Amino acid sequence: MGLNECTLVELTEKLRIGEITTSDIIRDIESAITQDEGNKYPLNAYTSFDIESIEKEIKSQNKKEDTLLKGVPIAIKDIINVMDTPTTCGSGILKDYISPYDATAIKNLRKNGGVPAGKLNMDEFAMGSSNENSYFGVVRNPHDRKKIPGGSSGGAAAAVSANLAVAALASDTGGSIRQPASMCGIFGIKPTYGRVSRFGLIAYASSFDQIGPITNTVMDGAILLDAVSGYDPKDSTSANEKVPCFRDFVGKGLGGLRIGIPEEYFGEGLNSEVRDIVERGIKILSEANASVKRIALKYTRYAIACYYIIATAEASSNLARFDGIRYGTRFVDTEDLETLYRENRNIGFGDEVKRRILLGTFALSSGYYDAYYLKAQRARTLIREDFKEAFREVDIIVTPVSPIAAWDIGELIDDPLQMYLSDVYTVPVNLAGLPAASVPCGKTKDRLPVGVQLIADHFNEADIFRVARIIEEGEKGAE
Amino acid sequence: MSFEAVIGLEIHIQLNTQTKTFCSCSTSFGDKPNSHTCPVCLGLPGALPVFNEQALNKGIMAGLALKCEVAEFSIFARKNYFYPDLPKSYQISQYESPLNKGGYVLINDDEGKKRKVGITRAHLEEDAGKLIHDENPKGPSFVDFNRCGVPLLEIVTEPDIRTPDEAYRFLQAIKEMMQYTEVSECNMEKGELRVDVNISMRNFGDQGFGVKQEIKNMNSFANVKRALEYEVKRQTKILRSGQKLIQQTRLFDVSKSATVPMRMKEEAHDYRYFPDPDLVPVTLTHDQIERIQNSLPELPQNKRERLKKQYNLTDYDVEVLCSSHKLANYFEAAANGYKSPKKIANWILSELIRVLNERRIEIDDCKVTPTKLRDLFDLMDSKVISGKIAKAVFDDMVESGQSASEIVEKKGLKQVTDRAEIVKVIVETIEENEKVVRDYRDGKKKVFGFLVGKVMQKTHGKASPKLVNEILREKLES
Repeated sequence: MGLNECTLVELTEKLRIGEITTSDIIRDIESAITQDEGNKYPLNAYTSFDIESIEKEIKSQNKKEDTLLKGVPIAIKDIINVMDTPTTCGSGILKDYISPYDATAIKNLRKNGGVPAGKLNMDEFAMGSSNENSYFGVVRNPHDRKKIPGGSSGGAAAAVSANLAVAALASDTGGSIRQPASMCGIFGIKPTYGRVSRFGLIAYASSFDQIGPITNTVMDGAILLDAVSGYDPKDSTSANEKVPCFRDFVGKGLGGLRIGIPEEYFGEGLNSEVRDIVERGIKILSEANASVKRIALKYTRYAIACYYIIATAEASSNLARFDGIRYGTRFVDTEDLETLYRENRNIGFGDEVKRRILLGTFALSSGYYDAYYLKAQRARTLIREDFKEAFREVDIIVTPVSPIAAWDIGELIDDPLQMYLSDVYTVPVNLAGLPAASVPCGKTKDRLPVGVQLIADHFNEADIFRVARIIEEGEKGAE
Repeated sequence: MSFEAVIGLEIHIQLNTQTKTFCSCSTSFGDKPNSHTCPVCLGLPGALPVFNEQALNKGIMAGLALKCEVAEFSIFARKNYFYPDLPKSYQISQYESPLNKGGYVLINDDEGKKRKVGITRAHLEEDAGKLIHDENPKGPSFVDFNRCGVPLLEIVTEPDIRTPDEAYRFLQAIKEMMQYTEVSECNMEKGELRVDVNISMRNFGDQGFGVKQEIKNMNSFANVKRALEYEVKRQTKILRSGQKLIQQTRLFDVSKSATVPMRMKEEAHDYRYFPDPDLVPVTLTHDQIERIQNSLPELPQNKRERLKKQYNLTDYDVEVLCSSHKLANYFEAAANGYKSPKKIANWILSELIRVLNERRIEIDDCKVTPTKLRDLFDLMDSKVISGKIAKAVFDDMVESGQSASEIVEKKGLKQVTDRAEIVKVIVETIEENEKVVRDYRDGKKKVFGFLVGKVMQKTHGKASPKLVNEILREKLES
């Protein structure tokens, strides 16, 4: 078994006793990547994996203290700034951009002995649910290379799932960690909004974006989240909340835990195979002594509209800085300022990004602001209240992650509305700023993985880890 | 038909904080381009703003000085537009919930009557960078981001101003207030205070508004006044001729002392304001606001009234003394406990202001401290030196920074009060000026001054003028 196939728990132990070094792990990862590149349909999970710069990272790693991660290499979604490495956001406009600073999450990762190693492919600026919107090409699903890996963190999910990375840091704005984790059969958690600093995470939609881990196991997810969480004075929206030791909750029993099943998440549009798998997850939990209760989240049906108004509004402003003037690629040589803006952005951005910038610009325009942006903000409050109400009665809400398993590459690319609708179960969580994870729970008859979504109240990731571990164990038992 | 002007102002004031509004870069002016920048103020991907508390406190202080209501809840909004000096392509400003609103400033109208100019709002925002264009119009343009992110207070007035002179006085009042509260130095040359004006004309007595013109690019209060005077004439002429005005943005052209239409594409700006999701709302407690209210220094209006009464000064004295709180404070420090403060005021208004102007220095940089000035007065009062010598000593003090007594001692400027010595010089003078003395004795009394002058000349100005007068008269009459 290659070191690239080991869990963080195994690797940190081997590193601790000196059996292996970080370079050994990198060597195995590199050979796995090389092998994958020889495949007829390479996964295309990385935007860059530069051995030279990784060696530099290894040399400068924190060896002074006994750290949590002890030198484990962590692959980074290419939306998080890592100093002196390309940070492209999967976009043509940033294809040549080298970041001059570290995101706070990366600083925390380094402090805890993690070694940033490689940048992962993604939908351009995290806009997409299929990883077909990258300047660097589509990413494929390791479980079926004709299928999408999910998005926007498709590179992260595919890499971890295929052992081209031992673990990854990604970001989730409307499901971008959970949905690809579900489709690639691995664990992914989006923490509470404010839990991990957004400083250095390139913004798609500021009031939704959150960094989180994508890992092979629940325990690995807890370890990696432990390594990056915490208050950051450089992020005004970062939460000054105590961070519990998440790995302590992995393996704790469920005695007395209350599970909520919202009927709105099991209605029309949910694929029956997916439904069966999620219900199997619920059964595992009830067998583990959790009480199960039906609940209502009555404003769920407004979530997609609400999300695609607010997120695109924020995006239209967040992405305005990409003009090719100060940094990034300048595609045109002109003396006319307006032409410079228009052409740089026209050539630099892909179709989906342009579509969302237009949507958001429209939603904020004078005369439409009240009808769209303001109304969506009101709906957002209602959705938040909905969850607040629910968490008076239950500790964890269990739902599907995606209404369908991974679809064919190209299947929905010309039907953006259908693509947006596939985010129906993940976006309410971001609207409310709640923590939620996807845990693998089984496979369809086509051997496509399906995850179950676990949603907790603000800052209660601990319960997610308890529950996730029970499903992980139960699911392994079933296999 | 007679018209009246309706004028409103938009004033941008740079708050003199140590660091920028949303990052820890220095706000220092005039340094090497782009030497005070970081990922935040350069708008690099992923960087986030964190609000500077000093900017908040100065913003509140300014709001209170403008008699505004300070909001316990205000929010930052993004103003979206593209320009190369704006690295994020949006400016963080305040829109729907500004920090301060609903204040006023008292000014004198052209008849000298008190009049209120309403302050609509005074909100916080960040400054943009600065474009530097090559001399060659085909050449490149550069951007200096040192100014980018420096905190600004934008003050918007109600359309309450009626004449160019009122506008001038209003600006003077705002500047004084911002200086008194130490919110800004308001140095227009450094761009610390910038003014745009809106002006329209209407029939005298009307309540409605005419078609407004926005005027930009005035780099001094005097030019604001000139631009407004020009506009009043221009608009009146157009209206008199029965023509209609179109709404325009105009630039003040100093060389022509006129306003000219700004060449720009006439398109409606839609800034698409929305609350900045990267920042949390600014919440203030009543106590916080009250603490700042209590630390508010005496404002110009009050200071003028108090100084006038307390030190028995004229309107003119306090007008000039209080035009700068530093000058006013200097006066008080020097006059404190002195028997005739008016003399000190006169000295400051003539001698001190003269040397400040000559040397182009600020009062802070003047080596003659209030205590040192008092020493000089003590020397005059105790007749050690005459008033005339005092002026020379003062110039020396400004130059060398030495005390008055040191200079008098060193240069031997002590007033000659030795009667015998003065008598000797007078006798000499009388002998040397026989003709003049004869004239005097023949009744041409006005030559007396000439003889006094001769005596003073011989004593290098050190003789006590009182004694010289006394003895000379005695000798001539005898």
